[in-house]
Parts: sequence; C-alpha cells; structure tokens
Amino acid sequence: MSPHSLAISLSPYFSVILLLIASISFSPDAQAEYGDIVINNFSDKADIRPVIFPHWFHRIRFSCKVCHSDIGFQMKAGANKIDMLKIINGEFCGNCHNGETAWSVGNCELCHSAIKNTPTQVHRGAITELKPNGKNTGRAK
Amino acid sequence: MMIQKQKSHSYSFTILLLTIFGFNISVVYGKENPNSFYRLFIPPAERVITLEGDGIHDPNVAGIKLLQQPADAFKPLQSSPGGNNVDWVSSMKKGLINPIYDNTDPDNQALPMDLSIIMEVKGSMPDVAFPHKEHTAILDCSNCHDEIFKPLKGSNQMSMAEIMLGQKCGVCHGSVAFPITECRRCHSVKPSQTQTKRKTKKK
Repeated sequence: MSPHSLAISLSPYFSVILLLIASISFSPDAQAEYGDIVINNFSDKADIRPVIFPHWFHRIRFSCKVCHSDIGFQMKAGANKIDMLKIINGEFCGNCHNGETAWSVGNCELCHSAIKNTPTQVHRGAITELKPNGKNTGRAK
Repeated sequence: MMIQKQKSHSYSFTILLLTIFGFNISVVYGKENPNSFYRLFIPPAERVITLEGDGIHDPNVAGIKLLQQPADAFKPLQSSPGGNNVDWVSSMKKGLINPIYDNTDPDNQALPMDLSIIMEVKGSMPDVAFPHKEHTAILDCSNCHDEIFKPLKGSNQMSMAEIMLGQKCGVCHGSVAFPITECRRCHSVKPSQTQTKRKTKKK
C-alpha cells in the first residue's frame, strides 16, 4: 500500500478526530469550583501556567476581612496586578505564602497550576453560569 | 475499486456526523434526553469536582496531588443547594469552620453588629432583609462602605440586573458568596409583615 492510499484510507479518521476536538471546544465552561479565580495578568507573557486561587480553601481558614481589608486585595479578578516581586516583598499572597503560615514562593506549581492561556476569570460566577463562555471578572466597572 | 472507496467514504462520513451530533448533545446537555430537567446545567448530585478534571487545573502538574480536593474539604460542612454546595454561614455558626478574623492578631474576634436592614422591593417578591450580623462576622465595614453601599438606609438603589452584572450585592453574591439563584435567602421577609408595614406607612 502506497503512503498516498494509506493517507486517503485514514483521512476519515483524522477528520473524525479533528471534529471531535472542535466539538469539545464548544462544550460548556469549565466545571471549576464556585469562586475559583484564574489570574493571568503576566503568566502568559512569561510562558508559565496561570495561577488558580481557590476561594473555598481560603474561606474555611480566613474571614473575607483578612485578605480584602487587612491585606488589601481588591474584590475584582485581576485588578490587584500581583507579581512575584510583590509576593516576595510580603505583599498580597506573600503575607502568608512566606514559608511560615503557608508554602513559600519556591513551590511554583502549587499556585501556577492552571492550563496555559486560561483567561483571568471568576469561575462559575453569575455571568459564567448564564452565558457558558462569558468571561466574568466578578465585578463590572 | 473506486465505487467501493466512495461507499466507504460516505459511510464513514455518516458515522462522523452522527458521532459529532451525539457527542455535542451529550456534552452540552449532559443527558441524551433533550427535555431533561437540568438542560444546560449539571445537576448538583452529579457534580463531582476533582482538581484534575475541573477544566482549569493542568492535570500534568505534579504538584496538583498535594492540593486539597474540594469534596474532601466540604464533607464535614453543612450542605446547601447553590455555589460551593456549602452553607458557609451555618457551618460557621455551628463551629464547623473557625476562620481567622484578623491578619495581625489571630485571637482577635469579630464584633458583629446585629442590625437588619429591610429593603422594600418593587416586584412581587418578598422584601429583602439584609443582616449586618452575618456580614460583620467575616467582613470589615470598609469592605462595603462607602465604596459599594452608602451607609444610609434607602440611599442604595439597585436592581437584580445590576447584581447579576457584579455590582452592589453582586460583588460577592454571584462570584464567591451564595449565588443569586438562591432568591429566598435574601428575599425572605414574609408578605404579611411587608403589607402591614406599607399600610402603616400610608397612614
């Protein structure tokens, strides 16, 4: 069998696979946990995985006030423009993620664990629920 | 030979179309029945979120195995129909969770303010009772006042559309706190109470 005829005989299977991939891309939004935030301000440009912040994990241990008042996180996804320098200086995540209260900055993969090119977004929020592919940063302003 | 090939092509094309159609239905509707109750959503009972399969975590990351699974964390907590399927307020009241209130002093306790604000609504829904008590147990006054809400009763005009777009109550309710689909947790003032209040106002 020549390579050409082999390609012809396999072409339907390739198209099936391609179209299956295409149909997956039309699937509803990610089934993340309610309040999971993907932060991708600088990650894509730096070619590292975006950060996932799980609200559910943190709210078991801390009141909203600790982060949103004492530490000063704005209540909007991506609005804080957090970078590693600020974290190492003890700002934002670095308040606790310093190796004492929580894991230190050396454990990159524990925070930078999102699939690459995932946009900054609050997951399973009001707008994402109503509009499967709608982006929701939590607060329209 | 050529005819056979064409036949096999058309056959595989039909299979292809059927597969994609069926796949799309199963992906989008969750069930094969087009009239299923939860047409666009995954029913709460079937929602098992694992970090590896939640669609945002990269399953190839080795560190994912160290992270806690939400199902494990939620097991001992009070369940609720919306959001994380956890009733955070009653879980906290029952002492199932004990979140730290202050960044500098972990022993510092909240001083809740027991003041409920009744907001009359224009529609046929029951009036809204806003409980300061539950909110001040975990939040600081400055989280809401004055940026989001003016600290004066009746001065904060809002609509459900605004809340759905993430303003006013929607800053938290609809992204972190219980979602707006749980209407009766806010619209909770009984109609009889409201009616008598309105009657007294007219007098």
